[in-house]
Amino acid sequence: MTSDIGTVTEEDIRRIVREEVQKAFARDPASRKAAIVASKGTLDWAYPPLILASSAAAIGMDASVFFTFYGLNIIHKDAAAKLKVNPVGNPAMPMPVRIPDIVSSLPGMVPMASAMMRAKFAKNHVATIGELITTAREAGVRLIACQMTVDVFGYSPGDFIDGVEFAGATAFMAEARKAHVTMFI
Amino acid sequence: MPDSIEDRLVDARDLMCPMPVMAATKAMRLLAPGQVLKVLATDRGSLKDIPAWADANGDELLDSGEDGGVFVFYVRKAADV
Repeated sequence: MTSDIGTVTEEDIRRIVREEVQKAFARDPASRKAAIVASKGTLDWAYPPLILASSAAAIGMDASVFFTFYGLNIIHKDAAAKLKVNPVGNPAMPMPVRIPDIVSSLPGMVPMASAMMRAKFAKNHVATIGELITTAREAGVRLIACQMTVDVFGYSPGDFIDGVEFAGATAFMAEARKAHVTMFI
Repeated sequence: MPDSIEDRLVDARDLMCPMPVMAATKAMRLLAPGQVLKVLATDRGSLKDIPAWADANGDELLDSGEDGGVFVFYVRKAADV
């Protein structure tokens, strides 16, 4: 076999291989896909999946959030605006004064802590969960409710905000295995 | 810092993460390739987020700076590929 490319040095081969590998990585569809699980239904834990999925969409990724167990509250029509944060057993929660768990566990403390967190977020111009949901939807984030927990908790499809899809764990995993970014929150 | 060379302005002052980037994303969709978006933000995270956002999308950060506590970014939308 003849060739008119002249002498190919080891250096040339290394360069060509490097360039081809870089091109392959640039084409890699998994680098443009994020699959996130949202399993918690408290006010504080509702933020990370929505912020990260929206940010992924902002850099051109296909992002989906799979809401399961208590995470379903985040996309529930009635529950989403009433998410709460629990100060009991939460020593990392910034408080003006350290309150012992035995006091935090008294009636009224959870609503109070939740109102305080909402007020602090509002004062700092942090978006509400409702605003983040709207933003995520506009950016093309897919919101998927776990069918099994929807059924077990006695919810019906109409309980969830418009545009929510319903799927099982296998459907999520089939998508997640094609994504470099997967997170369980 | 270039003055008023932008085709569209996003005023994301007072907004916190991820809203400056999300507002910029929404505005960028309305621009044609080669047009320039100006973003104003006060969220300190945007100092890293806006350049990372532009780079990840293949857009070009033309210039950035601070003006009286407000971060200013100029981003040119990438040519169609």
